[in-house]
Amino acid sequence: MSIDIETAARVAKLARIKVEDDDLPALAGEFNAILGFIEQLQELDVDDVEPMTSVTPMRLKRRPDEVTDGHQQARVLANAPDAREGFFAVPKVVE
Amino acid sequence: MMSDLNTLTIAEARDALRKGETTSADLTEACLAAIDRADALGAVAHKTPEIALERAKAADDRLKAREEAPAMCGIPLGIKDLFCTEGVPSQAASRILEGFRPEYESTVSAKLKAAGAVMLGKLNMDEFAMGSSNETSVYGNAVNPWKVGDAPLTPGGSSGGSASAVAADLCLAATGTDTGGSIRQPAAFTGTVGLKPTYGRCSRWGIVAFASSLDQAGPMTKTVRDAAIMGAAMMGHDAKDSTSADMPVPDFEAMLTGDIRGKVIGIPKEYRMDGMPEAIETLWSQGAEMLKDAGAEIRDISLPHTKYALPAYYVIAPAEASSNLARYDGVRFGHRAQLAQGDGITEMYEKTRAEGFGDEVKRRVMVGTYVLSAGFYDAYYNRARKVRALIKRDFEEVFAAGVDSILTPATPSAAFELGRDVSDPVEMYLNDVFTVTVNLAGLPGISVPVGLDAKGLPLGLQLIGRPWEEGDLLNTAYALESAAGFVAKPSKWW
Repeated sequence: MSIDIETAARVAKLARIKVEDDDLPALAGEFNAILGFIEQLQELDVDDVEPMTSVTPMRLKRRPDEVTDGHQQARVLANAPDAREGFFAVPKVVE
Repeated sequence: MMSDLNTLTIAEARDALRKGETTSADLTEACLAAIDRADALGAVAHKTPEIALERAKAADDRLKAREEAPAMCGIPLGIKDLFCTEGVPSQAASRILEGFRPEYESTVSAKLKAAGAVMLGKLNMDEFAMGSSNETSVYGNAVNPWKVGDAPLTPGGSSGGSASAVAADLCLAATGTDTGGSIRQPAAFTGTVGLKPTYGRCSRWGIVAFASSLDQAGPMTKTVRDAAIMGAAMMGHDAKDSTSADMPVPDFEAMLTGDIRGKVIGIPKEYRMDGMPEAIETLWSQGAEMLKDAGAEIRDISLPHTKYALPAYYVIAPAEASSNLARYDGVRFGHRAQLAQGDGITEMYEKTRAEGFGDEVKRRVMVGTYVLSAGFYDAYYNRARKVRALIKRDFEEVFAAGVDSILTPATPSAAFELGRDVSDPVEMYLNDVFTVTVNLAGLPGISVPVGLDAKGLPLGLQLIGRPWEEGDLLNTAYALESAAGFVAKPSKWW
């Protein structure tokens, strides 16, 4: 499995990280080194193995479905790069 | 006043506080002075002297009031920058969290605070805990107080600032976190003790998430006894973390008898790596000999899937990281890029993340994105989760056969030079070869300083225990520590 420049560009896009065109070949090279290392996993026969989902089998705790928190608008917005009129402000999303 | 208060262990300070031989304020001032003289170590990223002195005073009042104060009351600590601390910068050593001051306190640091512990400052680390040398931090490198010749050495990573601060006596102990070895490897590189508890022992709430199924907080200390004291103070059930275990936390310190007669210690043959330095090999045999002399039975064991642990880790950890780090989008907290005319929300995300994340973080987020993308999920992610089940089964079989703990090297080398060329990212990943299996299986592991290499640098051994049996593990570590008699300290150059 070899990653080409287009695939590297597609992955960067999916991850929402801007990568300049000039940097794509080096990035593809690094992906290939890491994926080459990961490739060893294909040696094992895992057909009858259940994927591990939790470290220790534990039933998730339940609690009544009720509101336990809230009314903290100012604190929620305190770290926002741009907060206005009680909202997070972002560039226009819908034309 | 006692001299060199910053060099005390937690146990020594606790006892001195109760005898009235010192005060938390004196301990704290000694540590703050040591921190101010140690900028060359780069260990402390954000100093919080006002908070420290205020909490020290409160601790002294509490100790004077003769109420039964917890063991950690008045003990000055460093807190890894990965822990959210209310009103204090908490940026996981990343540019993307510049200026972030949480409105809340992580459960672990809140428990320490409630016990009366004193926060001295926030400690350096690899960005988002991704690294093994503390070279990916936005704050610059943390440096190992141990030195040979002129070249500065790494304190390891990702809890490099914590390890450096504890080894240099800038604090009595520090918090760390461990996703693939980030407590145990830096502890080994600095001649200190690092405990990674069983997954679920410490709440992950309020700790900046890297790989949620692997992350676990733990203490980084000068002695095994201190790891027992501080570890117990950090653990316990928390309704805010659904994976936190609702189990009682025993008094680990009371379990430190040093008596390990009849215990079975496994030596896994797969951990004997090609090209392992002779010093590590020798140390490992010596460690086994010490435990044998203390009355333990040494047994050769096999953990056949060991070689697949690192490749499985480098699927699972990046996959979980890509998902966890999706929250850094420039909307709710941290850095937002300056936008050009006509830029929309996608450009805002892409520019913000390109500016805010360092190279290693970007690399892992993108690898994680790739292995989770349509068409590859089964081939990579699901396969890695199956391999993880096999690695866990290896341990379960060995424990079922009567093995109590497993002894391995902690790291494949002593501390290496900062700034060495790592053009192949995989080469850096090999640092975690002995520690990463423990995270995948969710087990407790501890690194104990046991000796020095030919150049005079500290080396550690790792003990791995049964799930939830930190008490037994700490007792075996205590026996190893007592037998090794490691007392060396770095000579002060900073």
